[in-house]
Amino acid sequence: MSEATSQKIPVTVLTGYLGAGKTTLLNRILSENHGKKYAVIVNEFGEIGIDNDLIIGADEEVFEMNNGCICCTVRGDLVRIMDGLMKRKGKFDAIIVETTGLADPAPVAQTFFVDEDVQKNARLDAVVTVADAKWLSDRLKDAPEAKNQIAFADVIVLNKTDLVNKGELAEVEARIRGINPYAKLHRTERCSVALADVLDRGAFDLDRILDIEPDFLEAGDDHDHDHDHHHHHGHDHHHDHGHGLKHYHDEDMQSLSLKTDKPLDPNVFMPWLQNLVQVEGGKILRSKGILAFHDDDDRYVFQGVHMMLEGNHQRKWKEGEPRESRLVFIGRELPEKAIREGFESCIVS
Amino acid sequence: MKEFTPAPDSASIVSVTDRVKPVALGMPVTSVHFLGPRAAFVGGEENVAFVDAKGEITTVAVHGGGILSTASDGKRIVMGGDDGKVVSLDAKGEVTLLATDPKRRWIDAVALHADGAFAWSAGKVATVKSGKNEEKSLEVPSTVGGLAFAPKGLRLAIAHYNGATLWFPNMEGSAEFLPWAGSHHAVTFSPDNKFLVTAMHEPALHGWRLADNRHMRMTGYPGRVRSMSWSAGGKGLATSGADTVIIWPFASKDGPMGKEPAMLAPLQARVSVVACHPKNDILACGYSDGTVLMVRLEDGAEILVRRNGTPPVAAIGWNAKGTLLAFADENGDGGLLEL
Repeated sequence: MSEATSQKIPVTVLTGYLGAGKTTLLNRILSENHGKKYAVIVNEFGEIGIDNDLIIGADEEVFEMNNGCICCTVRGDLVRIMDGLMKRKGKFDAIIVETTGLADPAPVAQTFFVDEDVQKNARLDAVVTVADAKWLSDRLKDAPEAKNQIAFADVIVLNKTDLVNKGELAEVEARIRGINPYAKLHRTERCSVALADVLDRGAFDLDRILDIEPDFLEAGDDHDHDHDHHHHHGHDHHHDHGHGLKHYHDEDMQSLSLKTDKPLDPNVFMPWLQNLVQVEGGKILRSKGILAFHDDDDRYVFQGVHMMLEGNHQRKWKEGEPRESRLVFIGRELPEKAIREGFESCIVS
Repeated sequence: MKEFTPAPDSASIVSVTDRVKPVALGMPVTSVHFLGPRAAFVGGEENVAFVDAKGEITTVAVHGGGILSTASDGKRIVMGGDDGKVVSLDAKGEVTLLATDPKRRWIDAVALHADGAFAWSAGKVATVKSGKNEEKSLEVPSTVGGLAFAPKGLRLAIAHYNGATLWFPNMEGSAEFLPWAGSHHAVTFSPDNKFLVTAMHEPALHGWRLADNRHMRMTGYPGRVRSMSWSAGGKGLATSGADTVIIWPFASKDGPMGKEPAMLAPLQARVSVVACHPKNDILACGYSDGTVLMVRLEDGAEILVRRNGTPPVAAIGWNAKGTLLAFADENGDGGLLEL
């Protein structure tokens, strides 16, 4: 993104399955004394108990772009509303888009990739998913939308933790991590997360794709010495790691991490990546990477949503910084072997 | 595309910049219309600023929020706002409340008929009010992107997702759907009532010949078309969206089918607004770099009205006689030119 990024209005996408607590979080954001004014695009008008003339009701109108790419869907209503909101620039600091409980976050995110006018004025900040600690595990089995929302998230607010015991909490976290190990996860009751942890995250800012390591920061402060062999249903693989973290491998939705300390050939890598997202973009929900190219002193960073990619040289590799390339894909039925082999072929031999 | 940049004092282009009366509106502007002798600059929110021949500014409050849509017939401006209200403003500066959405939804589009009927939309519902008749409403399958009255009869075109709907509000069951995949925003009838054209969300126009609903695809734009204007007599449709003014030929019965558009006034900036002269074959256009030009349609000869180096030109318009041109950029720095 350009240097104008900071002047663009940040947009937070707030998603989560029915009843998880999206409205609770939204009410908190709007009522807390932070001195900021938010424009809020909601789907269920009237659920918000706060008077604000910048609360806009929307009908989620998803349409396909006429560009031959079937997964390239955008929210037409958002395009229109963003256009209208820009007439009131200066009256608000940020925008929050609340999706319905059954929504796929991709069309919202893609709207910020493909629409020139939207892109000029606003930037996607992060996808925040509110999940219900008690019911999420069940929903992940029967509701593909819930799984999509977890897979897509930059921040997961695992809510209603007071309704589950320690074992159940560990279970649901392990299921989340089986799908998306990269999102920042916060455990809350009544969505009492610090607002700084959900707003202004810069998750789509290329300059801030610094840490694509899995988020296990919070694993330590709730060290679990439970060595019980957990009962579980379905076909999940279940390992019990030495340090007590359970690990699930979701049969349907996975993340795939690639890493090499050898330089990549940009002339091989770029066409490979382009082709990969063209062919498999329907399955790949999110992708991110920090790349070290052969004969290039600059780090290259990229990120993508389905078939859409955005990338740029970011900065010089620092003295002593290991010149490693790391890529992460989160998606459904990812062709892991083919992706790994393709990636290997991009390494300069 | 040939390269062309007018040097500040280039002898190759006629300049009338010294004849422009500058107008500092002090508010973001989205459109301009003439009401009687005064130019009415519509703000992004709340106000309309009248500017008279002396350059004196009178501000009138019209909405309690953002002004989302405007239409004018030269006698009044009808506007829709994010306050859920449809209001009209006449040449004396009097504001009349025409309608209020009961749920305070945004008024996304408005249209004005030559005989005084007007239409507005909120969400998927378009409503028409004509004379003393009651309001008539039609719900279309998705949110309305734009409205336009046909030049003849009381017929409304409603642009939406996957096409446009044509509707005679006074005839029950008269809605006719013209399909075309994609999201359709602004819509306009050709002055001879033979063609309907929409500006799409993607950088393209789509047209239908109304006699047989034949499709006309008008593509090739680098950016979305936000401004369309019919040339005098409806011979061509001038559009923004490229780094030249693109003018599609509509003089023949086939319209632009199988024809190339004229491309006039190329600059290294994107055309943001166009306004054809009401009587002569000239147009005025504004660019993303702040330039304003007048262009002769016949040979593309250009006259410089405003130099570049400012925010994009957001509003441009002629008075009915074609003797006055008004324009303003996004920040509200505008001008009036008497010809």
